[in-house]
Amino acid sequence: MRRNYCSSPDLAAPNWRFRGGGFRALARKTVGLIPPFNPPPALPVSPLISGGRLKALLVTLFAFSQVAGAVLPGETLSDKQQDDRARALYREVRCVVCQNESIADSGADIAADMRRDIRAHISEGKSDSDIRDILRARYGDYVLFRPRFSLATGLLWGLPVGVLLVGGAIFVLMGRRKSANDAEPDTPGLSAEEQARLEALLNRDPDSHK
Amino acid sequence: MIAELGTFCLGLAFLLSLAQALSVAGAAWRPLRGMARWSEGLSLAAAMASVLAFAALLHAFVTSDFSVSNVARHSHTLKPLLYKISGTWGSHEGSMLLWCMVLLSYGALVTLFGRGLPSGLRHKVLGVQGLLGALFSGFTLFSSNPLARPDPAPYEGQSLNPMLQDPALALHPPLLYLGYVGFSVVFAFAVAALIEGRIGREWARWVRPWTLVAWVFLTLGIALGSFWAYYELGWGGWWFWDPVENASFMPWLAATALLHSAIVLEKRDALKSWTVFLALLAFTFSMLGAFLVRSGVLTSVHAFAVDPQRGILLLAILFVTAGAGFALYVFRASALSSGGVFAPVSRESTLVLNNLLVFVALSTVCLGTLYPLLMEALTGKTISVGTPYYNLSFVPAMSVAMLILPLASLMAWKRGDLKAVGQRLALAAGISLLLAVLGAVLMGSGEAKKVLSLGVGFLLGGWVILGSWQVLQERTHLLKVPFSESLRRFRALPLATHGMVLAHVGLGLFVLGAVVETQTKLSAVDHLRVGGALRVGAYEVRLSDIKSVVGPNYEAERGVLEVRRGGKPICQALPERRFYPASATVTTEVALCFQPLNDLYFVLGEPSAEGWQVRALYNPWARLIFFGPLLMAIGGVLSLCDRRLRLGLVHRGKKG
Repeated sequence: MRRNYCSSPDLAAPNWRFRGGGFRALARKTVGLIPPFNPPPALPVSPLISGGRLKALLVTLFAFSQVAGAVLPGETLSDKQQDDRARALYREVRCVVCQNESIADSGADIAADMRRDIRAHISEGKSDSDIRDILRARYGDYVLFRPRFSLATGLLWGLPVGVLLVGGAIFVLMGRRKSANDAEPDTPGLSAEEQARLEALLNRDPDSHK
Repeated sequence: MIAELGTFCLGLAFLLSLAQALSVAGAAWRPLRGMARWSEGLSLAAAMASVLAFAALLHAFVTSDFSVSNVARHSHTLKPLLYKISGTWGSHEGSMLLWCMVLLSYGALVTLFGRGLPSGLRHKVLGVQGLLGALFSGFTLFSSNPLARPDPAPYEGQSLNPMLQDPALALHPPLLYLGYVGFSVVFAFAVAALIEGRIGREWARWVRPWTLVAWVFLTLGIALGSFWAYYELGWGGWWFWDPVENASFMPWLAATALLHSAIVLEKRDALKSWTVFLALLAFTFSMLGAFLVRSGVLTSVHAFAVDPQRGILLLAILFVTAGAGFALYVFRASALSSGGVFAPVSRESTLVLNNLLVFVALSTVCLGTLYPLLMEALTGKTISVGTPYYNLSFVPAMSVAMLILPLASLMAWKRGDLKAVGQRLALAAGISLLLAVLGAVLMGSGEAKKVLSLGVGFLLGGWVILGSWQVLQERTHLLKVPFSESLRRFRALPLATHGMVLAHVGLGLFVLGAVVETQTKLSAVDHLRVGGALRVGAYEVRLSDIKSVVGPNYEAERGVLEVRRGGKPICQALPERRFYPASATVTTEVALCFQPLNDLYFVLGEPSAEGWQVRALYNPWARLIFFGPLLMAIGGVLSLCDRRLRLGLVHRGKKG
């Protein structure tokens, strides 16, 4: 709900807040910029980009990975790999009541619920594509930020490739035409007969022009 | 009274623009040929009328005249003056008036600075500009007049959305509009040239400054909007591939392609119809953006238009103008025989290739924005297109374009030598590869995706920056001649070259910042009582106090955060939670600790039994994300100041 206000002054229009989300969305947007939550207090830290020993030390001291966004301290999976998978998935999944936010960024309650579901699925050993299918079955195609490839989305994925291919073909053809042009001299080439006449002229008397 | 005068002036602007268009159209009939000259004076008068109309609205906002309904809905007596002023363009109606004023003023600038253009072309440009002016001022006057009065007048205004009460956002719309609407001149030039059926190298030279002006403003406008999103929305994101952002990004991409293809047209007399196509496209995307944003299509997935009448009117304007432009293009483009003969390996062909790739990138943004809308309208199905789509489509296209960029800027016109250019760039390639490996190993935390993104980011950023350095080094003969001689050569370089180098360096810095920030940022969130602390990266953040603050039109709670690194104090951050009584809303005011390169970013959240929610983000290299575009804009300005292209000299050059 909160991020459609970047490029347009119109969004200050009086009714902007009533478009779409209604009162709940308004409340979430204005009051809940930061999600309300009640996690167990934690002291999270993450290694900075300093390499080597400091990094290792920090990792062992605070085995806690952080990712920016609305994901809360309590929301982690103990297995690091599983946790990374979960966090990658959050970025692909849309918060269904928000305007244009992934559940990784959204502070909405439903986003927290969806994140919890995804973690549960991962713990159960489901694969990423299984989880996408489950989400799609429940919320529809709308829930995934990466539209799957299908007949309906064919143009979405195919058209840029088409533009590239057609443009590339034109470019190559143009190049070929040009190089054909280059191969020939600017003046039209001489026929065999003309060439013979030229040679005859040249051979006749080199000094006659003077 | 002043509001009525304003409405009158708006009406006057509408009629004058209409007359401006008609005088040029009428001049097509031989006996009335002389009429076209009137368009010049009419364009000045129309611009003046629109400025007066805007001044009337500004006056109403500054004096808090709530008998004007637009003021009542978007202003408040307690608002600081800056936001009273910015409230003028803070609504649909007001921003539409700003749009009209900018549009008509650009028309007047064509009259003032275009004296040297051939009079036929100049009058046709003014005619098209007048038609656009009449359409938009008519739209504003009849469907969105900001100066209308309600009855009865309210005692107090409803105030501007507090999130928009921000210095960056106060300035953002005017910059954006100076960009968007600037492309109308380019559009008018394209249509005029198509009507005349003549486009040559001088046309590219005339169009280029106008494109540059608009491009510079649009670059600044987008960067400022992005910066606003970054620190106002409270979680550190700066680009979301949101349809509204895309709406401003599409004209920018089209204009970027146009700037480069116009160079080819100017130097090599090639790419005529392609350049004209891009010139038409840039303003078409501006209008598309205006439609998308104003019609309500985007903000609600369920209703086609919050205000169907306005949406449909804007769509009609879009179809009429863009439709007419492209129809003309279809009929006339074939007549623009291209003289462009060039070898496959040459600067022009690398520029063409880059144009193609930018166009592919543009098509992905366009599809990603419109596809869900069209699909829902046609099939009722809803899909989402978000960051993963653009990462797979837009990013590769632009990456390849950036790979070609240094080649293009070092290659010779007409016939380049790929091998020689490769040798000249070998060092740059080596260093950027080294950077890529270093960056990926040191910053990537082992995750394959992160390592790959960082590697590609460092490679491209380094490559573009070092490639630009190579241009400078060769032009100044650095290290080959005494330093003072190099310096002399540096000063003697054309400003356009400085501009190009600066803009490309800006692009490279932006890429570095964007990649490092997205891939390695850190965040921590916790509930803190006064005296409590949390850690983000190597920084310790201690909440030392909570104060109550009273602002001009809000009350706030301000957290005092002491930030330390290894016990050494770094800064004091003062994030706020503000309550605006006028609109009964709460906003968070982010506190940033500016460091030369990185940002420490703090948000004060809700209080609870366990203490105050404090969110801390460490955004490495975030500065580059906004500094890069700034350099690009400065590069554009330098290029604009180049003697060959300076607006004032365009006509003189032409006469000579």
